[in-house]
Amino acid sequence: MSVHVDIGHRLGDFAIEARFDSAGRLTALFGPSGSGKTTLINLIAGLIRPEKGCIEVDGRVLVDTAKDVFVPKHRRRIGMVFQDARLFPHMSVAGNLRYGRWFTPPAERYAEMDSVVELLGIGPLLNRRPAKLSGGEKQRVAIGRALLASPKLLLMDEPLASLDEARKAEILPYIERLRDETKIPIVYVSHSVAEVARLASDVVMLAQGKVVATGPTEAVMQRLDLLPAEERGEGGAVLDTRVLRHDEVFGMTVLGSAGGEIRVPRLAVKTGAPVRIRIRARDVMIATEKPTGLSALNILPGTIVAIRPGEGPAVELGIDCNGATVLARITEQSRHALKLRLGGKVFAVVKTVSFDGANTGAGLPFEVDG
Amino acid sequence: MTWLLDLTPDEWNAVRLSIKVATVAMLFSLPPGILIALLLARGQFWGKTLLNGLVHLPLILPPVVTGYLLLLTFGKRGPAGAFLAEHFGIVFSFRWTGAALACGVMGFPLMVRAIRLSIESVDRKMEAAAGTLGANPLWVFATITLPLILPGLIAGSILAFAKAMGEFGATITFVSNIPNETQTLPSAIYTFTQVPGGDEGALRLTLISIVISMAALVASEVLARRVGRRMDIE
Repeated sequence: MSVHVDIGHRLGDFAIEARFDSAGRLTALFGPSGSGKTTLINLIAGLIRPEKGCIEVDGRVLVDTAKDVFVPKHRRRIGMVFQDARLFPHMSVAGNLRYGRWFTPPAERYAEMDSVVELLGIGPLLNRRPAKLSGGEKQRVAIGRALLASPKLLLMDEPLASLDEARKAEILPYIERLRDETKIPIVYVSHSVAEVARLASDVVMLAQGKVVATGPTEAVMQRLDLLPAEERGEGGAVLDTRVLRHDEVFGMTVLGSAGGEIRVPRLAVKTGAPVRIRIRARDVMIATEKPTGLSALNILPGTIVAIRPGEGPAVELGIDCNGATVLARITEQSRHALKLRLGGKVFAVVKTVSFDGANTGAGLPFEVDG
Repeated sequence: MTWLLDLTPDEWNAVRLSIKVATVAMLFSLPPGILIALLLARGQFWGKTLLNGLVHLPLILPPVVTGYLLLLTFGKRGPAGAFLAEHFGIVFSFRWTGAALACGVMGFPLMVRAIRLSIESVDRKMEAAAGTLGANPLWVFATITLPLILPGLIAGSILAFAKAMGEFGATITFVSNIPNETQTLPSAIYTFTQVPGGDEGALRLTLISIVISMAALVASEVLARRVGRRMDIE
């Protein structure tokens, strides 16, 4: 399964010129507002016709302006979850869910009503009207409706953007289940570092209508300099870890990463389960000697592999901890005082309590080396 | 009150005929009404302003002029009238069908306006969402657009029905005032006022006319409310 996009399109003053390939499970189109994310996803869905270029999904050419190919949206078999849910007000929840299924050729139906309802926990809502649902419930029904059309690709256009934090926290686990338990590849539009770091296997980073970086999430999220200004404080290293054990006495979970053990507040997941964590660069302290008499529990030895200027008085350091790169944002003054330079041996220090629900989530299944 | 219902056979015929003419006019206006409203609300084509003007003509022309134009076009010797009579056996002149045509034409602009407004208020994003779920444009119209504009369809239909119940000028010019054939309620009332001692009959029919129009209005309100509750749009 792969998505190939290479298009040029102009909307008034705004020009989008984007090219990327992705074969990931959940590819995030990530960038600040106005960077062209939604335009790009609308182009893939067939809601907009590009001026030039081509779009291929799973080897099937959907758009090729050079050959005058344009598959209309209702023949693309691409599901879309909109930011504003867009449930049909004149149908019940069950009617909404069944809508797309009805237009799917029987031989191509793979999504089953019962399993989708179970996956999204929307059983109790089936007989209700969309107007009677909360924002989070609407979004879950919208996801179910798109799934039940048995799409070959699922597009999600900032599905959490119009929800408050509590509703986001309610839906995120469902999207993780969707990513891990179904085989449908997902393209997910977001401007939130927290969402992208938690959900994405791959990231396409956009700025002003252009692709500025693509690749696996851990790699792309290293580029703090590319993050939207308002999201920069949330930026940091994304690490895939596995639960080694739980410390019931102190209410902590010990995660194994390439860089060493990391202690986080107790997680409700089984031993051995994959966990994706994001260590915000601003939460990381740097020591040149192994600190003693310090309250912080996570001390990872490593080597400085990158020094980049940050905003204001800050510099951003990349520290390679045995293959896992941790990012740290410190002041230029500290860097000077500690004489930090490339190749220097340091210790990255992270407080256990700096981890919370926003930067720990179910990880994608993966292999940890060593 | 019994005198109110104590109608002569001719008067009963006028009531029945009026309801028949108005119903037929309303039902036959609906499909072209939806089509023209769609064109005006969403179409981008040359001559849109002209079409809009043509649709509204019956609203601004004197009804007698509309009736006379109908007579010229759909009368026995009119081009459309002769063609329809010869090929389809449909005759309008001096028949109740002609009254229905005149009433339909007079109510058409009202119907189109109501439907057009409701089409313009449909959230096109809903239609796009239906498209991504596999519905082709025809299905989108049938399953999304049509149900969403139902309140507008009801309002437009009732307006056209009420207009048809009251239509006088175009009808009498086009198909005259023939008892049992083209004499609708307004024509019957007019006839009563032209003869000495006709006041009581005119009053009776007037009251009946009010009752029918009010009933239509109430029915549309009830229907629209029921549809609205079903849809529960926030």
